[in-house]
Amino acid sequence: MFETDSHEANLLARASLDHCVKCTICETQCPVMAVTPAFSGPKYVGPQAERYRHGLSVDHSLDYCSSCGTCTLVCPQGVKIAELNSVARAAMKKDHMPLRDRIISRTTLMGTFGDPVAPIANAVLGFAPARWAVEQVVGIHRDAAMPTFRTQTFTSWWKKHTSPTPTRGKVVYFHGCAGQYFEVETSIKAVEVLERLGFEVLVPKQGCCGLAAQSNGLFDTARDWVTKLSHQLGVEPGTPIVAASASCVGMLKHEAREIMGVEDPALIDVGTRIRDLCEFLLELSEAGELNLDFHPIEMTVPYHAPCQLKGQGMGKPAIDVLRLIPGLTVIDAQATCCGIAGTYGLKKEKYAVGQAVGKPLFDKVKEVNPELAVCDTETCRWQIAKSTGATVVHPIWLIHKSIFGE
Amino acid sequence: MKNLSADIVVIGGGSTGVGVLRDCAMRGYSAILVERADLAQGTSARFHGLLHSGGRYVVSDHESARECAEENAIVSRIQPQAVELTGGLFVVTPQDDPAFGDKFLAGAQSAGVWVEEITPGTALRQEPRLNPGITRAFRVKDGTVDGWQLAWSAIASAKEHGAQVLTYHRVTQIHSADGAVNGVSATDLRTGEDVRIACSFVLNCAGPWAGDIARAAGCSPVEVVPGRGVMVAMAHRLVNTVVNRCIVPADGDILVPVHTVCVIGTTDHKVSDPDHLEIPRNEVQQMLDAGEVLIPGFRQARALHAWAGARPLIKDDRVSASDTRHMSRGMAIIDHSGRDSLRGLLTIGGGKLTTYRLMAQHMVDFMEEQTGNVHPCTTADEMCPGGEKGHNYLITHRLKDREADRLESPIICECELMNRKMFTDLLKAQPNSSMDDWRRQLRIGMGPCQGGFCSARVAGIAHEESAVDADRATGLLKLFLEHRWIGLWPLLHGDQVRQAALDQWMLHGTLDLDHVPSSKGVEPEVTKPKEPLVVPASDEGKKSTTEVKEGNND
Repeated sequence: MFETDSHEANLLARASLDHCVKCTICETQCPVMAVTPAFSGPKYVGPQAERYRHGLSVDHSLDYCSSCGTCTLVCPQGVKIAELNSVARAAMKKDHMPLRDRIISRTTLMGTFGDPVAPIANAVLGFAPARWAVEQVVGIHRDAAMPTFRTQTFTSWWKKHTSPTPTRGKVVYFHGCAGQYFEVETSIKAVEVLERLGFEVLVPKQGCCGLAAQSNGLFDTARDWVTKLSHQLGVEPGTPIVAASASCVGMLKHEAREIMGVEDPALIDVGTRIRDLCEFLLELSEAGELNLDFHPIEMTVPYHAPCQLKGQGMGKPAIDVLRLIPGLTVIDAQATCCGIAGTYGLKKEKYAVGQAVGKPLFDKVKEVNPELAVCDTETCRWQIAKSTGATVVHPIWLIHKSIFGE
Repeated sequence: MKNLSADIVVIGGGSTGVGVLRDCAMRGYSAILVERADLAQGTSARFHGLLHSGGRYVVSDHESARECAEENAIVSRIQPQAVELTGGLFVVTPQDDPAFGDKFLAGAQSAGVWVEEITPGTALRQEPRLNPGITRAFRVKDGTVDGWQLAWSAIASAKEHGAQVLTYHRVTQIHSADGAVNGVSATDLRTGEDVRIACSFVLNCAGPWAGDIARAAGCSPVEVVPGRGVMVAMAHRLVNTVVNRCIVPADGDILVPVHTVCVIGTTDHKVSDPDHLEIPRNEVQQMLDAGEVLIPGFRQARALHAWAGARPLIKDDRVSASDTRHMSRGMAIIDHSGRDSLRGLLTIGGGKLTTYRLMAQHMVDFMEEQTGNVHPCTTADEMCPGGEKGHNYLITHRLKDREADRLESPIICECELMNRKMFTDLLKAQPNSSMDDWRRQLRIGMGPCQGGFCSARVAGIAHEESAVDADRATGLLKLFLEHRWIGLWPLLHGDQVRQAALDQWMLHGTLDLDHVPSSKGVEPEVTKPKEPLVVPASDEGKKSTTEVKEGNND
């Protein structure tokens, strides 16, 4: 149960339940409800059940919500359904948080643990008996997609990197945990494209945005982290902040405020300045300032827009930017969710649900291009890759390839 | 004509009547209760749901305050399933005199009512939506109570002790011979059959209708001054503690969290006819404005349903007849043997739901003084059925129950989390009831959509289960929606307009309910409407009327 003076007890999202007219549109779009009766659905768990809670969540099945946010996105009345669910989940877990949920939400910890011993860590995670043991003890499904640890972090590359002389203003680059430890190549390509555009790229010391902690209900931890990060990223007033991790961008843009009530001025400042990488490139393109030479790539690729990107209400900028590449055909997979939803699909009891949620997407990927697919967020890429066998990359990989060649 | 006999006939199935019936039965009398509608369908359900701690009366009436404090503890113990131990707060808002708090504290001390002053900060932590400008706050032991649950469990207890209950029976005459009551005639409103009950005593507990009953006994008029109070339920609990303004009791100074809603109340206007209670829009607005003083933003919150109840106050010459709030809240018993030379008839008026058990005790004691019998009252000592586990009601109960059985039985009323099995079980027990009777037991249609989604499902299931034919199912559905509408249209604004529009499109558009054939009169007319019920036009001048034939609260 929450402290009675906490944000959770006095949540603005709770007031939004008054807008619900029970139209059920959220339930028709919920990807989890479509594949399992274990989840009672967003309308039930959100605006309906919330009337029966006063800081206590007795309906433990609400944990089957994947926090993909589709319900909030489609609600025509403005009910903050996913936010209500997140808060109710945090209340439920307040007193009995599983060890697993604490571990997988500490993305920096996993990275700093894994990277120095990457070959060993990767071998262990690829070794079936070890994964069985992890499932038994920690509750992460043996077949769930896990990141590949790199021997070099992004910042160790950055320290050795020599930047070209800038020809226009500065941008702050936010690499995120995945871009630091697991998806190092994505961060490098993003920085190289930004520098090719003439920007002076700044990489201040930075921690985790706390998204995984938040979606696992560890609000206090998540609040601390996102606030600290906002102060770290806000170093250059007025400078755009760019990140290749769309989900972390969503955390800074709106989730930290709407779900956890963080009102720190640094967060509000950073939240208005931050752009998803493709969003940033599209803004430049629309302003006629994307002066890049795109070389043709003759290929057809499926693209999946992650839930947390859609939740930012900015359309699908990656598709618009990728279509600047001659010869490249981008097929929007038009799937609701890949089923991973951050860390949801990793969990032993939810792995099958996640796979069922993602099946239409996996089928589409296999149909369009079984070799290569494109998606903006890390865990979704890992999920799609694991479930289809395709290589799945951030859009910047194709943009980079088109500009720089191999 | 059916003939029955009993020692005592109790008239009126509100909280007073059921308390009196239980008390009589527990003292060993054979007793029959006669009620013209369903149990607790009048004043006992048309209130805000407050189980008084006594705090409201500590300045004005120490005796009432003390009784409330004692009875609150008793009712919470013997009928725990009807009571939620929410606790209460008295707060001094920026508009109120902080010095009243001193009178409040002193009054509580001399009345023996538990009060604890806390800092405004502590109160705001407990209830974060409270007006941040409050200057003083006091904790009290207020609770909330479901008037129907209270009445049913008291009735169940009375039945265990041999009492009988005749609902939907209208009393037509009270018979007497040689200056003493010897029987009651009533008509079964559902079958039209007449019933004659031979008895030696009649206890008139008809509340605002007590004057009509006295007239049926041929007594000179008993003047009851019904005080109409309008209340408004909000769509969810903005507070989880009862919040009172720490002032001399006034309009709209109580906000009560009860079940899934919270209720702001109440106004007070003298009316002449308790069967036709208006819900004027300006009084709804007055309640929303009053709520705004306690909870900033209250006016923007979603208002769900409004209703009016009638306080059953017997006229008291000490105060002006038009000022019903300042009449004695204590009960008054009229002894017709002295007044009308008719032995065997007592009429009770006044009182409060919180003290219903004590009022019953006093009334039966009074009767025994007249008859010369002496039996101890044990109603405070014995639990009523259904509360054996001793658990008080919790807001989370239904959510927890549905979590356990959600995969076994589909939810029918989504707002109030009633599943199909709950309904079909009740249907088996009470196949001839109306949808409003079912509603009072299961809270069907009492949530934000006000029956928009569940009412047609309920009618359909009743038909599917062969409890009703298609004609009756349609008739019940139409009647139910007509009654919901009475409490909806005086407050339609904001979110509730959008809901009403969607419901209207579904029920009157897609289902074209207006043109589905059904016969009239699926339910007995408990009262004759004064004027035909009209679907409201937009003009302010029209007034909504609560038909007392159906309970109408949230």
